[in-house]
Amino acid sequence: MSTVQSETGAAAAAAPEKAPRRRRGGITGGENRAGWMFAAPAFILLIVFLVGPVLLALWVSVSDWTGNGSPLTAKFTGLDNYERLLGASNLQQRDLATALRNNLYYVVLVVPIQTVLALVLAMAVNRKRLKGQGFFRTAFYFPSVTSSVAISLVFLFLFTASGAVNAILAWFGIHGPNWFADPRGVGHLILAGLGLIDTASPPAWLLDHQILGITWYQWISGPSVAMCALIVLAIWTSAGTFMLMFLAALQDIPTDVEEAAQVDGATKWQSFKAVTLPALRPTTFLVITLGLIGTWQVFDQVYLMSQGKPSKTTLTPAYLSFQTSFQDGKWGQGTAIAFILFLIIIVMSLIQRFIMRDKDDAKERRDLRRARKDAAHAGLEGQL
Amino acid sequence: MAQQTVERTTPLELIPSKNGRGRSTGWLIYLVLIFFALIYIFPFLIQIGTSFKADADATAQPLNPIPMVWQLDAYRTLAGQDFPRWFLNSIIVSVCVTVGRVFFDSLAGYALARLHFVGRRALGGVIVSVIAVPGVVLLIPKYLVLVQLHIYDTYAGMIIPLLADAAGVFIMRQFFIGIPAEIEEAARIDGAGAFRTFWSVVLPMARPAVITITIVSFQASWNELAHFIVSRRDPALNTLTSGVASLSSGAYGSGNLFPLKMAAALLMTIPVALVFFSFQRYFVRGATAGAVKG
Repeated sequence: MSTVQSETGAAAAAAPEKAPRRRRGGITGGENRAGWMFAAPAFILLIVFLVGPVLLALWVSVSDWTGNGSPLTAKFTGLDNYERLLGASNLQQRDLATALRNNLYYVVLVVPIQTVLALVLAMAVNRKRLKGQGFFRTAFYFPSVTSSVAISLVFLFLFTASGAVNAILAWFGIHGPNWFADPRGVGHLILAGLGLIDTASPPAWLLDHQILGITWYQWISGPSVAMCALIVLAIWTSAGTFMLMFLAALQDIPTDVEEAAQVDGATKWQSFKAVTLPALRPTTFLVITLGLIGTWQVFDQVYLMSQGKPSKTTLTPAYLSFQTSFQDGKWGQGTAIAFILFLIIIVMSLIQRFIMRDKDDAKERRDLRRARKDAAHAGLEGQL
Repeated sequence: MAQQTVERTTPLELIPSKNGRGRSTGWLIYLVLIFFALIYIFPFLIQIGTSFKADADATAQPLNPIPMVWQLDAYRTLAGQDFPRWFLNSIIVSVCVTVGRVFFDSLAGYALARLHFVGRRALGGVIVSVIAVPGVVLLIPKYLVLVQLHIYDTYAGMIIPLLADAAGVFIMRQFFIGIPAEIEEAARIDGAGAFRTFWSVVLPMARPAVITITIVSFQASWNELAHFIVSRRDPALNTLTSGVASLSSGAYGSGNLFPLKMAAALLMTIPVALVFFSFQRYFVRGATAGAVKG
């Protein structure tokens, strides 16, 4: 009797322990299936339209496929396509070098200016008691949500020879250029203005040396006047998005730290340098990374506004890759350019990640902690 | 001493106004803001005004947004062209892409956040790593795959590739991780299946994230250009972006016809602008959520 009781007791005691385990086991089986079924559509889409294309393109870039028939039946040609682009000096190589040069100037000008502009706008909009805060934020952000096609058409109109931009320049007595038809390099213009070079007969030592098939003189051209219009467009359009990121970060800074610094007699500038800027460090790195990735990919605006013209000074690797494949039918080279661009973007983000790695994280955390501690001390001393 | 304590407890914004320097920088900030607001708004005013101008007026008065004579010629020309067709195509594509993305992103995001299944970590890793693949690099590859799958130059080829949205999956996953699991667990114990639980319990709770994905997807697909350049050739499949792009490079490209182009640009901006002004805070969330992309 007692043994039976104890047995059933033990069974009853064991039951609640066992039952959930069994049920959990059952759910896990079901959950396993459900999990895969839930994730499958998105996962298959990503494999077919992201991973698949990359692998197929990787194959095309090492094959002799000319656009006819299935690329899978094309012949393997090793690194021929890459060698043609990077090895011997020829037209394709000069085009790639020109595109890289153009995009480099584009990146070097757009990324710093849009980052600083975004920060300035965010700081201005973030002020307490600012009237019309929502209005300003909306005004600066709105271009980011509109289509690149619409914005590009508007800018084409603004930057025509007799357009709005030149009309404004005329107020200041400046005769504006015919923007999208002007291939002159701003770097050349500045050097010529300083009397360092003569654009009619550039110095021989600059013409005699080449990198990737184009001369040193061509490398130092700076962005063309036409490219400058694209640069202005890029800054104007994307500063708003980055402003929002800075704004989110600014609102995360504990106000007590800033207040403590200012109460301690720090000027606005000092507290900005010692408190705000260090706290914005992660966001700044993020904005610069996204800026670098985005600016190396510029395609829409070139396609819409200049198609690489005038004199290939607005050609970019992304557009060149498209043009080489779709218009010239050189698919192997087109995809090879795409992969060179891919590599550039990966290297850029790796460098960026390396620079901002733990060191900065740690420093940033240390700075913030120190600022907090100082603030706490200041507060304590005040109370004492 | 006493005075110091008083100063400490004073709200900060009252302190700088004491010396007057605060007020002068205040003016400066308004000046900077108004200057930039002009730079940001004026192009849109010129766009709107020019769309109601005559061609000659647009060229002669590029800086004046107010037409000498208001007229609707540009809009009439657009209505008589393929423009309505492009508009319809844009709506078809954007609606399909948006609905599909919301559904697949939330399903996958939920699975990655909540369901225990073999290979979940690996799957999550794949999704996070493909977020970083730059879109422009995929242009030619996507075309190659579309041709291989025999959906080049079809609506399917324009829509399905845009449904692949790793960032959206990631955003949904982050959202589901952030909400408590008790409610859905209760539903599960009550015997509801995984999909039932997801559909009638989880998804309604995920409203803010769903709205964010909806809006970001709609905006992205409405504004998409590059994909519609490489996924179709048939002019009847032109969306607003690829169609209006042909205005600047095709038959209309040579002439000036700025009122026509501005009208086209304005009309294609209106749907996104309406969505933007009604759901602004979700756009802000989307922009900052997109930050995890890096």
